[in-house]
Amino acid sequence: MLIHVRHRTRYIYDRPVHSMIQALRLMPRNHEGQYVRRWQIDLDQDGILRPGEDAFGNVLHMLSLEGPISGLCITVEGEVEMQDTNGIVRGALEKFPAELYLRDTPLTIADEAIIDFAKSVAAKAGGSELKILHALLAALHAEIVFDTQQTDTATRAIDAFKMKQGVCQDLSHIFIACARVLGIPARYVGGYLMRSDDNIHQEAGHAWAEAYVTGLGWIGFDPANGICPTESHIRVGAGLDYLGASPIRGARLGGRAEKMEVEVTVANTYQSDPAQQTRWSQPTAAIVQASQQFQA
Amino acid sequence: MAFDEMRLGDGGIRAPYLEVANWLQGVTSAQLERRRAEAELFYRRGGITFAVYGDAQGEERIIPYDIIPRILSAAEWARLKAGLEQRIRTLNLYLADIYGPREILKAGIVPEDLVWRNPAFRPEMAGLAAPHGIYIHIAGIDIVRVDGDDFYVLEDNARTPSGVSYMLGGREISIRLMPELYAAHRVAPVENYPNELLATLRSSAPRNATNDPTVVLLTPGQFNSAYYEHSFLADKMGIELVEGSDLFVRDGIVFMRTTEGPKRVDIIYRRVDDAFIDPLVFEPDSMLGIPGLFAAYAAGNVTLANAPGTGAVDDKVVYSYVPDMIRFYLGEEPLLKNVPTWRCRDPEHLRYVLDHLPELVVKEVHGSGGYGMLVGPHATGADIALFRERLKADPTNYVAQPTLSLSTCPSFVDNGIAPRHVDLRPFVLTGADGIRIVPGGLTRVALREGSLVVNSSQGGGTKDTWVVEA
Repeated sequence: MLIHVRHRTRYIYDRPVHSMIQALRLMPRNHEGQYVRRWQIDLDQDGILRPGEDAFGNVLHMLSLEGPISGLCITVEGEVEMQDTNGIVRGALEKFPAELYLRDTPLTIADEAIIDFAKSVAAKAGGSELKILHALLAALHAEIVFDTQQTDTATRAIDAFKMKQGVCQDLSHIFIACARVLGIPARYVGGYLMRSDDNIHQEAGHAWAEAYVTGLGWIGFDPANGICPTESHIRVGAGLDYLGASPIRGARLGGRAEKMEVEVTVANTYQSDPAQQTRWSQPTAAIVQASQQFQA
Repeated sequence: MAFDEMRLGDGGIRAPYLEVANWLQGVTSAQLERRRAEAELFYRRGGITFAVYGDAQGEERIIPYDIIPRILSAAEWARLKAGLEQRIRTLNLYLADIYGPREILKAGIVPEDLVWRNPAFRPEMAGLAAPHGIYIHIAGIDIVRVDGDDFYVLEDNARTPSGVSYMLGGREISIRLMPELYAAHRVAPVENYPNELLATLRSSAPRNATNDPTVVLLTPGQFNSAYYEHSFLADKMGIELVEGSDLFVRDGIVFMRTTEGPKRVDIIYRRVDDAFIDPLVFEPDSMLGIPGLFAAYAAGNVTLANAPGTGAVDDKVVYSYVPDMIRFYLGEEPLLKNVPTWRCRDPEHLRYVLDHLPELVVKEVHGSGGYGMLVGPHATGADIALFRERLKADPTNYVAQPTLSLSTCPSFVDNGIAPRHVDLRPFVLTGADGIRIVPGGLTRVALREGSLVVNSSQGGGTKDTWVVEA
């Protein structure tokens, strides 16, 4: 299946920004079941995207801009040929042994509540690691209410777990925290999801988790949807947590307050029709958490 | 009875201390007291203070200074120096290895989890070439002795060791307040430390820097407990003392804001912890760092001293493998001893430790500053019971060592001159052009009678350290 993605991030500043710098993880790589046909990142400002790779093997672009800048629009657009792999990730660039992904991070560290939850799920599921992970996937999908209002990008797994609410990022963090508690290496994956309900316009990218199962390797788990990733999941960045796979991390000098709008469309290429193309120009603006600000 | 560096068991005086022993015979307590008061005034006027963490008031204090110098003979120093050089070469090779080809893990010498699960290991550093292969430009390796023969390494302190301003301040006081004693010895100089540090930093410039690279000292700011030292060193080296907001990164190059416009920066002696140096890579809320700094480092456009992730050798379990690392990387036998260390993560070691708590020192694997440790022989039953529980609950977080009978040196305390336990922190500098160590270092002294904890945060003081030609 050929999936078409368009992801636009627009920043609008109250006052002109003096200078800004961003680290972008916005470019998928090839691995089994995922072949990038074409992909490009466009800016509406003059600036150089310096390509590189981070320590986890993600494509990383650094962007520096000199002001005055009143706004910035980053548009990612491309096509990816996808095949279902039953959630198994093979042929991805692996820079570390799986054991590294047992490390805690502030966003994914477990507390007593998560430890108890993980252990009770594991005890009930019994059997293999794979069985336990599937039980965890189902339990989290059932237990945590999908809610975009309660959490933001800085919410820790322990806080989201306490509220029993969150978005795909929070569910992934909780899943990762539980897996690590059980001694199973786990990591965070950011990317895009083509939704099954034909709703091609989205307010954000998608996120899920991967866990390392001895004998099988890395396997994806999407706790927000209660499934393993399918041919509809385009994998872009992976890391220990959201921060390591974050699509955009930026800092700026000046500009005062900021508004950020994100529009994402993900569709089967052969499904996109002109009507949907015109809808692109009037998307429902979703104002999401402003990127972190750096003031001198 | 601990080994005293001045007085032998039979009452005789060890050769390096003959002059000091003579001088102590002729000096009165009143004279010593006056000099101590003058020394304190010197520190107070100079603003050489430190903040004690965990102190509710966060109050600034003066570290007590003991005016009786500690003496090392040139021969003792030569042995120690060779051992320190061997050690720092090894630690730099180890870091280049774990952030590079990982040979020591493949060889099964160091267990993999000590790298992958070590919180001070920075995965972001993997695969990057540190400029000139140097990770630890400045180390403050803590040394103790228990007899006249051997030196033991207690800790390697490869992150951002502090205390060098006390070494330099102490020497200034010695020269001013005890000119007669100082003149009676040929004391190796330490005053050139700032020059040696600057030379080390300049030699470590990225390969694309000019012949006259720009060095700056990055401080977290005036509220940091070591701010005095940051401003002192920047001043002595004649380099800019900067905070994160004074620097910026554009297209992979670090610049400093100056009145004449942006100036490229090549080497940053940073006294800001790893987690705070770049909000785009590490702690996202940090206001102390420079966004984009890490990418500039990864691109080879700036040198960070020390490199991020050097704390991976400060882990006390990793410490226990350093002798094996020396054999692995250099094919040499260690010149300095390691303190025997029980790794509580090993069930057999744990059993031994639990059975012998009253005689052992128990330390947290990632602890420092003398916090969170148990000194068995000096601990109350309640302390021991508390640590027993902690050890059982989280054994991987602890190591234990025998309680070393640290050497003592004559010190001036309330009831006159008495032996007090000491350690030594030499500052080991590694540049592209070699290793530099000014002779001596910072001697820390546990001024409380019988105490073995020399940390300034725990009531320790300092002494000047004289390396003397016979």
